[in-house]
Amino acid sequence: MATTVVAEDTGQGKPRLGDRVFSRLALVAGIAILVALAAVFIFLAIEGVPGLAKPAEFYGEASSFWGYVAPLLFGTVLAAVIALVVAVPLSWGIALTVSHYAPKRVATPIAYVIDLLAAVPSVVFGLWGISVLAPRLSPVYQWLEEHAGWIPFFAGPASTTGRTILTAGIVLAIMIIPIITAISREVFSQTPRLHEEAALALGATRWEMLRLAVFPYARSGMVSAVMLGLGRALGETMAVAMVLSAGGGISFNLISSTNPASIASNIASNYKEGTPGKIQVLIATGLVLFLVTFLVNFAARWVVQRSERRLAR
Amino acid sequence: MAKSITVDDLDIYYGDFLAVQGVSMTVKARSVTAFIGPSGCGKSTFLRSLNRMHEVIPGARVEGKVMVDGQSLYDSAVDPVAVRRQIGMVFQRPNPFPTMSIYDNVLAGNRLNSKKMEKSEADDIVERSLKGANLWNEVKDRLGKPGMGLSGGQQQRLCIARAIAVEPQVLLMDEPCSALDPISTSAIEDLIHELKSEYTIVIVTHNMQQAARVSDETGFFNLKAAGQPGHLVEFNSTQKMFANPDNEATEAYISGRFG
Repeated sequence: MATTVVAEDTGQGKPRLGDRVFSRLALVAGIAILVALAAVFIFLAIEGVPGLAKPAEFYGEASSFWGYVAPLLFGTVLAAVIALVVAVPLSWGIALTVSHYAPKRVATPIAYVIDLLAAVPSVVFGLWGISVLAPRLSPVYQWLEEHAGWIPFFAGPASTTGRTILTAGIVLAIMIIPIITAISREVFSQTPRLHEEAALALGATRWEMLRLAVFPYARSGMVSAVMLGLGRALGETMAVAMVLSAGGGISFNLISSTNPASIASNIASNYKEGTPGKIQVLIATGLVLFLVTFLVNFAARWVVQRSERRLAR
Repeated sequence: MAKSITVDDLDIYYGDFLAVQGVSMTVKARSVTAFIGPSGCGKSTFLRSLNRMHEVIPGARVEGKVMVDGQSLYDSAVDPVAVRRQIGMVFQRPNPFPTMSIYDNVLAGNRLNSKKMEKSEADDIVERSLKGANLWNEVKDRLGKPGMGLSGGQQQRLCIARAIAVEPQVLLMDEPCSALDPISTSAIEDLIHELKSEYTIVIVTHNMQQAARVSDETGFFNLKAAGQPGHLVEFNSTQKMFANPDNEATEAYISGRFG
């Protein structure tokens, strides 16, 4: 009886205090994120726009801003693409193992360890990349130069330190694997049991069941996962700044010691010593990175929405 | 093509839990066999053990024998995937593949057998299967549209078309009408009557009138007691089951006195 009365009260009268407080809090939180984003953009625009048109000496060897930012942007995208090429198949493989292949007592620890990997700070990955991964990859690069040198990617001369864009890409790959894996695993395991059984009952093997029932269902989630990974790879600073021995222009040679730096790592390594004018240039490159990341995210959303519309049709 | 199934003293487990105990029966070829019984008595579990769908659930296993025309289903040399290609299944809720067109849904099973099909052959299979499922006239002008766009009853007939497209030896149906309205249900029942001439059909149903209408033989499953495994109480011709069953519990269930 008492509950009925309360229900009527909330139905007709003013919303209760708790509801009001919560809805305000939610609204403030929602606005805060927009304000933060706008503030970052305004800062970048105000501080960075003067950096777009400085006298030529501010841009080092390049004579204009675009000449200065182009190799950096190229390095950023190249490292991120390498990271994706390495990380995406691995992540989807791990996610499928956890969601569909491994028995539960194996899958749970694997999932846990992968999540743990996401919590490792990027400085640690950078240190590991310099001191462990790079020296071990250096002989591999020499071998690649000798035996696969006819592929432009491995033309050489191979870096003796191993601190190449390929090494940086691999370190980035390890950093984005947890993100892509965690999201993919989630969408894979949400596939309706009914669809999986439909495939199995037709005599599908495990792999055919994944192709028939799981991948079509998970497609948009898989794309989102990759895009989040890409976003992190584009923006990652410390690991790239530490691993990469930068200096050099646009080149698809992945194993040489002349590598384009990435925008973020370039900012990190030059910010401290910069003069005010130089810093404006750096901020302008930051603005470029911001816009590129934004565009990538928009493109990803568009892809996902398009495939979802196809599903809904 | 249609084959008989002989089950001998089959126990079905989920892990350590014995769900169904000691079932023996013979399902005749080219007939409809219905399983009835209260919820949780193991009739669906038993049905799923007939095409090894049961073992899809981790920890699930069986003991005993299931023979399809003399070939043991649970022989260690038998691949469960091959079994499911021979013994089709239709589920409680219609489950066409959501991203596929009607056309592709029908062919999904054939494409799994991964032989290359001529377009004309594929067209033939689609038309024959959809006609077999009494759906052809309703969808022939929109074969390229998604299967999910159909009504529930049409979707279920699409699933039946998909199951018979691979020309299975046996067709298992797990409460195929429980999510459908009476008109769609009647369409499916008519279809079962027609399919009987070519296929061995086993159907689980909660609807006793349905069992009486469509089946030639009926099995009544029940729990021995609460918490005990399910078992087969009586297996007889449908006529006898509904008119004059051997077992008192069967009569009580059918006449609505319990369950």
